[in-house]
Amino acid sequence: MAIMTKEFNISQIRDDQVRLLERLSNACAVSGDEGEVRKIVLEEVRPHADEVKVDALGNVLVNKRGSGDPSLRVMLAAHMDEVGLMVTNDEGEGIYRFATVGGLSAADLIAKVMWISKDHIPGVIGIKPIHLTDAEERKKPFSVDDLRLDVGPGTSKVKVGDRATFSTKFIQHGPSLRGKALDDRLGVATLIELIKHAPPQIDLQAAFTVQEEIGLRGARVAAYAFNPDLAFVLDSTPAYDLPAWDVDENVIYNTRLGAGPAIYVADSSTLSDPRLIHYLVEIAEAYRIPYQFRQPGGGGTDAGAVHKQREGIPSVSVSVPGRYHHSAASIARLSDWQHTYNLVAAALFNLTPQVLAGER
Amino acid sequence: MKPLIQKLVESTGPSGYEGQIRSVVQAEIEPYTDEQRIDALGNLIARKGNGGPDGIKLMLAAHIDEIGVMVTQVDEHGFVRFTTLGGVRPYTCIGGRVRFLNGASGIISLEPLDDMTKIPTFEQLYIDLGLSTNQNFPVGIGDVAVFDRPFLDLGGRLVAKSMDDRIGAAVLIETLHQLKETPHQLYFVFSVQEEVGVRGATTAAFGIDPDLGLAVDVTATGDTPRRTKVRMEVSLGKGPAIKVRDGGMLADRRVVDWMVRGAEKLGLPYQLEILEAGSTDARAMQLTRAGVPAGCLSIPCRYVHSPSEMVDFEDVQQAVQLLVELLSHPVTL
Repeated sequence: MAIMTKEFNISQIRDDQVRLLERLSNACAVSGDEGEVRKIVLEEVRPHADEVKVDALGNVLVNKRGSGDPSLRVMLAAHMDEVGLMVTNDEGEGIYRFATVGGLSAADLIAKVMWISKDHIPGVIGIKPIHLTDAEERKKPFSVDDLRLDVGPGTSKVKVGDRATFSTKFIQHGPSLRGKALDDRLGVATLIELIKHAPPQIDLQAAFTVQEEIGLRGARVAAYAFNPDLAFVLDSTPAYDLPAWDVDENVIYNTRLGAGPAIYVADSSTLSDPRLIHYLVEIAEAYRIPYQFRQPGGGGTDAGAVHKQREGIPSVSVSVPGRYHHSAASIARLSDWQHTYNLVAAALFNLTPQVLAGER
Repeated sequence: MKPLIQKLVESTGPSGYEGQIRSVVQAEIEPYTDEQRIDALGNLIARKGNGGPDGIKLMLAAHIDEIGVMVTQVDEHGFVRFTTLGGVRPYTCIGGRVRFLNGASGIISLEPLDDMTKIPTFEQLYIDLGLSTNQNFPVGIGDVAVFDRPFLDLGGRLVAKSMDDRIGAAVLIETLHQLKETPHQLYFVFSVQEEVGVRGATTAAFGIDPDLGLAVDVTATGDTPRRTKVRMEVSLGKGPAIKVRDGGMLADRRVVDWMVRGAEKLGLPYQLEILEAGSTDARAMQLTRAGVPAGCLSIPCRYVHSPSEMVDFEDVQQAVQLLVELLSHPVTL
């Protein structure tokens, strides 16, 4: 299939978009409690959508109708939730026990300042000071059960069931973006931008999903409801391309910063539709957008739930690469974000039912 | 039936990339079915029979995908690192040969072992395509390959890669050839992506919305040498196995009894199967929509998920006889 490269106005990721990402990154939305991010999403998309609804699980489902009769129904998904903690026990004196929500280990949590509940109540996860430990003790790994949230006595409004997340404030420095929850606020910000500049010929069905980090739960019902012809999932995937690795042969870097959007071939949840992989590669090459393939392997995105709904939905994922995901601070490159936006936007603008011609 | 089996097992269809094997199956069943379609994930769905007053809507599934490998990295010297598609184990790979979809071939070898007592991990294995650089390399990240082994006819026993589940596909195709009349609407599904989590059957079952679901797949056996006392009660050559349970499904007791009655009516040998791990497309059928009575007719198979999977030809033929009998008559559960 020859790609006719349409001229279209590529929106630039400038200060406005970075400020939106900043608001999204600083908002707290641990899985199951996505209200704070949802509020920003609703505010941003309402003026640009034909229909906006919040479903029973809390997904924001946005419809932007195309001019075709009928138009190709294209689902785009980005998850609003982030990994974090849930307070499980009040041990008195402002000390709380907690459980992790999504993929987090004790090592990610030690000595971090956290925001707890909708009110962003500050707390700290302390450990025994090094003065008081001996050499043997320092070799032992910590478990989450060894750790507590310390909010201090007297003033606490913290309740069992409250969520907590890292208190990291977003910054931009040079070519880089640093903040918590860039997985997947980068996807959320990209999707908002795509709704604002939607291509005319398709029905855009945007899902800002909940509970991705604990098992792709929101995307499942969102895809069932939309019943699209095909789906693109926008996420952010780890890059493990640290310079130290280049001394030896680094065979498991997953993705690299600065190498452009990462197209998924396979992860543990999805074997991407080869027709859509091929299409994205053709678009990238036609528009000279740099891209990389995410190394096939583990992990998963909302596509894992989407592609199995109803009679099957051809799906592919595209990620902005980011270092140190699921920790207090991730680092991504502005250029990778811009190229990811360009790739998905160009793919949508050129999309016709032809993309699914021929069997998978 | 042996030429059919050979054709199927020597075809290529790693999970997610079943196009080639699907066209082979399509050509085989075309004259024997009333309608064919391919769904969004690539399942081949063929209908036979319009159904009558005594008929139900039956879904029969055999998966056409096979385990394989996928490229994760090509180094500067042209050595290929890979990940797996489905349940591949590292020790079955060493010294094996793989064939990519574009025809490129290679062998799997391993880094020097520091500890000979430990099974190497996939991180220590690589594919060597016999090239010295990565320039103009025939494969790249995301390309897929299957294990390359020719069909071996040992007389009573047949050996091949991808017996799991091409032998199930062969049983369904042969059943279609032999089935004269049916009171039912039969949906023969040659499903995709079973090895990565019964994904194809999930969407096919939703689309068909059957009254009864039956998978035809291989099962493990307990009839090979081992030093522990725990043995599985299934052997090669003792007839097809009627699944009672596996790691993902409790077969509907009524479906089990239906198959048992059919085997006894024909005087066919059969075995009851309890498999501790693993599952089949029957799980996906059972859990679709509001739930479906489901079961599985299993072909006993030694060395499942190795490049040399072995079945007994008698078991295979008896499975066909049983299916033809079951599908020719009304079903009472």
